[in-house]
Amino acid sequence: MIFSVWIPLLVPFLAVPAARRLAEALPPRPAAWLLATAATGLAACSTAALGLIALAGALRLPFFASLEDLTSPLDALPAWLAFPAAATAAGLVAASGLALVRTARHHLAELRAAHGRLTPGTGELAVLRDPTPDAYALPGRPGRIVVTTGMLQALGPAEREALFAHERAHLKSRHHLFLAAAELAAHCHPSLRSLRAPLAYALERAADEYAAGAVGDRKLAARAIGRAALAARAAQPGAARPRAVLAAAAGPVPRRVAALLDRRPAPRLPSSRGARFIAAVLLGCLCASATSAIEAAADLHGGIETAQGEAPR
Amino acid sequence: MTVTGDAGHGDARRPAGELEAGVLAALWAAGAPLTPGEVQAGLGGRLARTTVTTILSRLHDKGAVTRTRVGRGYAYTPTEDAPGLTARRMHTELAKEEDRSTVLARFVSQLSDEDEQLLRALLEESGGDGQ
Repeated sequence: MIFSVWIPLLVPFLAVPAARRLAEALPPRPAAWLLATAATGLAACSTAALGLIALAGALRLPFFASLEDLTSPLDALPAWLAFPAAATAAGLVAASGLALVRTARHHLAELRAAHGRLTPGTGELAVLRDPTPDAYALPGRPGRIVVTTGMLQALGPAEREALFAHERAHLKSRHHLFLAAAELAAHCHPSLRSLRAPLAYALERAADEYAAGAVGDRKLAARAIGRAALAARAAQPGAARPRAVLAAAAGPVPRRVAALLDRRPAPRLPSSRGARFIAAVLLGCLCASATSAIEAAADLHGGIETAQGEAPR
Repeated sequence: MTVTGDAGHGDARRPAGELEAGVLAALWAAGAPLTPGEVQAGLGGRLARTTVTTILSRLHDKGAVTRTRVGRGYAYTPTEDAPGLTARRMHTELAKEEDRSTVLARFVSQLSDEDEQLLRALLEESGGDGQ
């Protein structure tokens, strides 16, 4: 317990960069699954570890000890560490739990409100009279494709079909659930926040590939994205994407267009040994995280039984 | 994440809902009432005239379009889905939190200056126009 309980809290710092590297080398759909699964798994393990630390500390208090019928003090963690660590862990779990519930409720309420503003039953397409080119998928039952007249006028008929196919892919494949999972995971461990951007990119790429297949023309899909982005930029010249401090690379839109045109730079990760090594590191991280959380739980359980005088030391 | 890559150009075999979206979009893009023939031309002639007429009357049954008699046929105007609601306002309401990515995946994110140049170069190379 003393050592194993800390591992799930530290593993994300190693696993997150590994997952990001691996996602760059994978096709969009597997990349999205990988990032969402890694985020959820690591979040669950680190939250479990925090819960165990809090529990181990709580059981040193006479009140909780009496609830569990402990006859001797629980020594799962050394005394000097148990109380401060437990208090911090309990605070973190409570804060992230609150943030998690708040985020989920906000999003649901906002989506419901957005659906309420649109006339129901008029089909999948919801057109807003607005000269600013904009388009997005509004998840729900049924999902709607929200698009402005500005966007429809900026594209030709075939490009509009590519746009609709892209949004249909988001709705059909329930991409918003992937994003929500990553968002909630980010509340559980700070290092998981940096999985959100690559996940969003992988989902856009997956929808782009679906659109290219649906219209049967990769160049057409690329042109639709490119023209939509340029039209949106022309309409709002002041609202440029803030230049990321660290990213020397191109923004997501040119990368998506380049990928559809098969003009992307050689993948930074050769799909051979490098990728396999990073995959092994990531898998190792996930396993280490899960097993140490389970081991810590088993240790704590054993410790409780010992303290209850049930099992010999 | 069910994604099929085999759809191709089979417009005639696509689900009715998808064809409806295309027709409705053509009406909105035109910005003026259109006859079935004009809609067909606006879609680049990819759908048969009878198909366009059927889709338009289905949209009319749903209340997504209104029609006025023009000569022997009708001219169709799209109905506003949410009058007075701009995309930006809806977006702002949905994106009050900093984590807008959770709820909505926008078709295109904003471009930086470098992105714009790169994008124009890519589109030019691919033979499309970057206008």
